[in-house]
Amino acid sequence: MKILVCIKQVPDMESHFRPNGSATWFDESDLAFRMNEYDEYAVEEAVKLKEQLGGEPEITVLSIGPDRVIEAIKKALAIGCDRAVHINESAVASKEPWQIASIIAAYARSIQFDLVFTGMQSQDRGSAQVGVLVAELLGIPSTTTLVGFAYADGVVTATRELEGGVKGKVRLKTPALVTCQLGLNSPRYPTLPNIMKARKKEITTFQAGDLSSEPPLTGSSSFRHPEKKGSGVVLEGSVDELVEKVIVILKDKTAVLR
Amino acid sequence: MKLLLVGEYREGRLLDTSAELFGFAAAIGGDASIFLVGSAEDVPAFSGALYLVDAGLYGEYNPEVHKQLLLKAVEEVNPDLIVFIHSSYGWDLAPRVAASLKVAQVSEVIGFADNAYEVGCCNAKMHRNVTPSTSKAVITIQAGAFPALQSEGTPLVKVLSTDVASTTEFLGYEPAEAKDVNLAKAEIVVSAGRGIGKKENIEVIRSLAKAFGGELGASRPVVDAGWIDHGHQVGSTGQTVAPKLYVACGISGSIQHLAGMKKSGFILAINKDKDAPIGEVADVLVVADVLQFVPALTAKLS
Ligand SMILES: Cc1cc2nc3c(=O)[nH]c(=O)nc-3n(C[C@H](O)[C@H](O)[C@H](O)COP(=O)(O)OP(=O)(O)OC[C@H]3O[C@@H](n4cnc5c(N)ncnc54)[C@H](O)[C@@H]3O)c2cc1C
Repeated sequence: MKILVCIKQVPDMESHFRPNGSATWFDESDLAFRMNEYDEYAVEEAVKLKEQLGGEPEITVLSIGPDRVIEAIKKALAIGCDRAVHINESAVASKEPWQIASIIAAYARSIQFDLVFTGMQSQDRGSAQVGVLVAELLGIPSTTTLVGFAYADGVVTATRELEGGVKGKVRLKTPALVTCQLGLNSPRYPTLPNIMKARKKEITTFQAGDLSSEPPLTGSSSFRHPEKKGSGVVLEGSVDELVEKVIVILKDKTAVLR
Repeated sequence: MKLLLVGEYREGRLLDTSAELFGFAAAIGGDASIFLVGSAEDVPAFSGALYLVDAGLYGEYNPEVHKQLLLKAVEEVNPDLIVFIHSSYGWDLAPRVAASLKVAQVSEVIGFADNAYEVGCCNAKMHRNVTPSTSKAVITIQAGAFPALQSEGTPLVKVLSTDVASTTEFLGYEPAEAKDVNLAKAEIVVSAGRGIGKKENIEVIRSLAKAFGGELGASRPVVDAGWIDHGHQVGSTGQTVAPKLYVACGISGSIQHLAGMKKSGFILAINKDKDAPIGEVADVLVVADVLQFVPALTAKLS
């Protein structure tokens, strides 16, 4: 069995974001990058499935981006993926979902994976499109927003998270693609011995342009801080001063403190 | 502009969010038609064409088949814009339709101007404009971003059917777990976010909740990490609360969290990041380390 896990490297969401020169996206300098949170669940689920099947499946982890993404790839290898594909694209920030999906599909088509795992969305762009687009381009069934996953004999039984705590159960035959939601499992931390072992795992590099040259279907502009709508106040200072001020405000503005 | 709106049903009932599709259509203007996989028993008042598919035949979740049926409606209407709600149904179906038509998709739209759609990014910290470069486009609109509007009139119903085979089998719904904590009734809710750092620090937040005489809430990562059970989760996949006072401790203020608490009477947020999007809804944003500020506030209150 061949499994593909697609991961993205995103900035730490606690960073201070500034627009790039053309305000199409953020300026990358000074940002610390890490694996997209949703993808951590995708990696973990693939590794759990490999364990369930006695180690038989081979897991390929794929990431598109400049050299910095190799760090996220190495983490996935240390968690238990077997080999990696780095699709080099220095202008990854200007690639929109259709282009990213076309690149992944161009690579995946040649291998014929039985199962593809992706995060349901990225933390930075949040389009929730790439996984489903890859499945559509490959012509395989897919389902999204998994909070439960089971596999037996070529059949995936997926639990989708719907709104308000309701879930939906779906069955689909492989080859298939699933997108993973937060809370699907408990992602493990890579251990030191596994980090060492991962160093020997193979990373194959492709150039994005050799796989697909689809033009973008959308353009991006005016990347900005949202206009402040509320009339809220921002308080800064020493903890003691802050506590005093907050108590005065709560007494004045709410009926909960007398 | 010609619009094709895509509504949603759950267990035979048209979801209320459909009214937001009408709200969006009224705001952007143009001729709207609607596509529904649902039931003739519960169709909305509407004064345009209504493409109806019997969910009894195909199921409420059956993406390949819903896609093919929707493509039939697209062929008839020839819309400029196909509009979904950004929901578990919408974000699952929209990219399939966009891929088939090979047109642009813009996800989780909160506004528009000219041909550009405003969307949030970086976990709602930033916004940007996305402009489709294809003549048709697919969008999903953020739940709550456009006003709900009851539409009027009698729709011209056209029934669609297909013999396309399913690629997924829907096994059924699982109801929401019973809640052991009723946050909705509380006058004060004090919630812990990922910013508290570790499980043990839940107690720091619980002490503040006690000092206020309120209930303890949480953001999703705190629940996913197993620091507290799901009954405490506030947000679109947890509980919706509107207490007199909501205290957000180390919570960034994602759309999904805000959906569950933004109607609170007074919102106090404690965050070390001045730019955190919780500042958008907070009446007071205290820029501080929760682990220093919260114990000090608790001590003062007790
Ligand atoms: C379909 C879907 C449904 C979802 N449903 C929900 C839901 O119902 N409820 C929900 O909450 N989320 C939900 N989420 C997840 C949501 O998108 C966010 O990931 C989540 O709300 C973030 O939680 P957080 O604010 O606690 O964590 P983060 O976003 O990680 O924020 C932590 C915050 O703590 C601050 N911080 C860190 N350390 C400190 C410190 N020492 N002192 C002070 N501040 C500090 C940081 O500046 C940051 O702002 C959903 C997501 C999806 C895709």
